[in-house]
Amino acid sequence: MSLEKCPECSKEPTEDELLAQFEEILDGYVGKPGGLIPALQTAQKLFGYLPKRVLQLISMKLDIPYSEVTGVVSFYSFFTTVPKGKYMVRVCLGTACYVRGGKDVLAALEKELEIGVGGTTSDGLFSLDVGRCFGACGLAPVIMVNDETHQRVKPEKVKEIIDFYRDIEMTIIKEKAG
Amino acid sequence: MVTLSINNINVEVPEGTTVLEAAKKVGINIPTLCHFEGKKPLGACRVCLVEIEGGRALAASCSTPVAHGMKVFTNTKRARSARKTVVELLLSEHNGECKTCDRNNDCELQNLAYQMGIEDIRLKGEVAKPHIDKSTPALVRDNGKCIKCRRCVTVCNEVQAVGALFPQGRGFSSMISPAFMSDLETVACVQCGQCAAVCPVGAISERSHIDDVWKALDDPTKMVIVQTAPAIRAALGECFGYEPGTLVTGKMVTALKQLGFDKVFDTNFTADLTIIEEGTELLMRLKDKIVNGKKVALPQFTSCSPGWINFVEYFYPEYTENLSTCKSPQQMFGALAKTYYAEMLCKDIDEIVVVSVMPCTAKKFECQREEMNASGIQDVDYVLTTRELAKMIKQAGIDFTSLPDSKMDSPLGLSSGAADIFANTGGVMEAAIRTVYEIVTGRELPLENLHVEPLMGLDGVKTATLKIEGTQPDWSFLEGVELKVAVAHGLSNARKLFKSIENGEEYHFVEVMTCPGGCIGGGGQPRFTDDSVRQKRLAAIYAEDEGKELRKSHENPDIKRLYERYLGKPLGETSHHLLHTHYKKKEIFK
Repeated sequence: MSLEKCPECSKEPTEDELLAQFEEILDGYVGKPGGLIPALQTAQKLFGYLPKRVLQLISMKLDIPYSEVTGVVSFYSFFTTVPKGKYMVRVCLGTACYVRGGKDVLAALEKELEIGVGGTTSDGLFSLDVGRCFGACGLAPVIMVNDETHQRVKPEKVKEIIDFYRDIEMTIIKEKAG
Repeated sequence: MVTLSINNINVEVPEGTTVLEAAKKVGINIPTLCHFEGKKPLGACRVCLVEIEGGRALAASCSTPVAHGMKVFTNTKRARSARKTVVELLLSEHNGECKTCDRNNDCELQNLAYQMGIEDIRLKGEVAKPHIDKSTPALVRDNGKCIKCRRCVTVCNEVQAVGALFPQGRGFSSMISPAFMSDLETVACVQCGQCAAVCPVGAISERSHIDDVWKALDDPTKMVIVQTAPAIRAALGECFGYEPGTLVTGKMVTALKQLGFDKVFDTNFTADLTIIEEGTELLMRLKDKIVNGKKVALPQFTSCSPGWINFVEYFYPEYTENLSTCKSPQQMFGALAKTYYAEMLCKDIDEIVVVSVMPCTAKKFECQREEMNASGIQDVDYVLTTRELAKMIKQAGIDFTSLPDSKMDSPLGLSSGAADIFANTGGVMEAAIRTVYEIVTGRELPLENLHVEPLMGLDGVKTATLKIEGTQPDWSFLEGVELKVAVAHGLSNARKLFKSIENGEEYHFVEVMTCPGGCIGGGGQPRFTDDSVRQKRLAAIYAEDEGKELRKSHENPDIKRLYERYLGKPLGETSHHLLHTHYKKKEIFK
C-alpha cells in the first residue's frame, strides 16, 4: 500500500481520509490471533508513523488493551509514533563505516540536529536513524539523506551537508511567498 | 502421573506440573519473585534457578515442566550461587532505601537478600530511575523500586481484565506502566489495587492516609469516628502473626479505641441497611417490569464495590442503568454519620471526622467521588487499608495479641450475620436473598444454615435459581417466578458474565466484587493473598455469620429504629438523598 493520491486533484489524502481507509483494512484483522503487529505495520506504512488515535482505534477494534498496543510499539524500534521528517538522514554503522568513524559522524549529526537516533527535528524537516551497511563500504563512512548518498563524511562536514537541505527548503519557502 | 526426584526425594505429580510446584509438594521452597498462582509462568525474575541432571544450563523451575525420571537438585553450590547472583543483580538496579520503604519488613526482595546472606551489593552500575506516580487517589507507583517481575501486569490483564499496566519500552529503560509511560489517572484504571497486593517490592502501594488520621486523632476539637468493613476482622490478625482466617473482631475494636477513636462503629451496620434498600430496589424493578409493564434495567447489579463501578463506567457504560443506585455501605455510613448521628449528638458536621478501615484501595477513590457528599461536605474523610491500620497499631505500641475483646459502639455498630458475609464473594447476594425471600413469602429462606450453597466458594462465575412460592398478597405477582441470580468475582469473570448476558442469558440480580474471593481478597489486605488464604478468610467470615443470633439484615433492631426515627421507608425521600447515587460514562482514552 502507498499513499494513494486522489487521481482528480492529485492532493495528498488527509489523515482523516487515511483513518477511514485504515479502519476498513483493520476489519480484516479483527478476531485473528497475532493480528497486532501486521496491523501496526500496515498503519505505519499508510500514515508514515503511528498516530495516537490510530493506536487507540487498533486497541478498540482488536480488543487489546491500549497499554499492550503501546508496549509493543515502544518495544520495536521499527515503529515510530512521531511523523518522520521530510529528510531521512541515515548513518551507516556497518563494520567498515564503524571503524572509519561512523559513530563520530552520528554524534556530530545528533549535535547539529539536536535530536537523538529515532528522533525528528521540531520543524519536521529531519529525522535521524542508523543503518547496518548500505553496500558502499569503499566510500566509508557513508550517510544517506533520503535517496542521496554522501561519502567519506567527516564530522566537520556534517553541518555543510545539512545546510544544503536547509537551503533547499529556504528557497521553496521564498518561492511560495512569491 | 509423572515421577521425578527432587534433592533425591521421589515425588509423583500430574503431567504439566512445574518443577517449582512439584518441589513445594515435598516441602522444598524454591525462591521466586514472579510466580503467579494459576497463571502461565513467565520466567521473568530468574530467581528460581535449579540444576537438572543432564541439563547443560540451569533451568528456571517455574517454567520447566516435570518429566519422567527427571533428577532435580535445588541445593547445589552452582544453583545457590546462581540464584544469589540473580538477586544481587536485581538489587544492583533497585532504587530503594529499605529503611524508609513502605514495604520494609514486608518485602519479598529484602527477604530473599536476607535469606541468601547478601551483606554487600557487590555489583555497582546504573540504577532504575525513580519515577513516582501519585496521580490517583488510591495508589502510588515508584518505578525506581520496580524489579519488572510483571506480577502486576498478570493481575491487571489476566485476573482483572483491565489492562492498565504493561511493559513499555525495551531493556534497561523499560517501565511497567500505563500506555506511553503515562500516569494511572490518564488511563482506564479501576484502582482495585490488586497490583499493589501482588507487588513483591515497594513499587506499587496504596496512597497512605495514616498521617491524616493521626492528625485528626491528635486534634482535640475533632470527634473522630471509625467504621470497619466486614473483611478486616478476618485478615487483620495476619499482620500480627495470626494464621490467616483468625477472627480478631474484639481485639480490633479494642485497638481502635486505644488508638483514640471516639466511637468505633461497623460498616456492617450499613451493609444491613444496603440490603434493605437494594433488596427493595430489586423488588421495585421486578414489580415495574411484571405488573406495570415498564421497561426496566435488569438484571440489577450490586454496587458495593467501587472498582466494579469504575469498570462498568469505563468498559460497559451501556449498563450503568443496571447498577443499583445504592451507595456502598462505606458511603451510606459516611452520609448517616454526618447527618443522622451528628444531629443526634447536636454536633456541627465540621467537628466530625469519619475514617473507614477497608480491605480496599478503590475505597480511597470512592470517598473522593464528587457525588459522595450527602451531608454537604465529603462524607467519608479518610480510608485506611487493613495494612495501614496494622501499621498504626504498631506505631502506637499496642500489643495486639494480648488485647482483650471489646464491642462496637451503638447506634451504628450492631449488625447481622448477613452483613458479615458482605466480605465474601456471593455474600451480598446471599444476604439479599435471605431478606427478599422473607419479605415476599413471609417465611424464612428454606435453606440449610441460611446459606445459598451454589454461590459459595471460589468458582469465578456462580449461578443459582430459586423458585418463589407461597407469596404474600402484596407480592403475588412473583408467585411461581424462578429468581435467577449470578455472582462473579475478579473482573475477568465479570467480563465472562457480561458475555453470557449478551448471549441472552437472563438474570434478575447479579453480584460482582472486583477482587478475587471478594473483599476478603481486596487490594488493601495483608500480603500475600493466595487461594488457600482466601479459603481461610472466607471460612472465618461464614463462622462469624453463623455465630450470631441475628442472621438477617431486616431483623437488625437498630436498622428498624433508623427507619422509624429518621429515614421513613426504604427508597423514601431521605433514603434517596442520603443513600442513593448515580453513575456516569467514563472515557477510556483521556
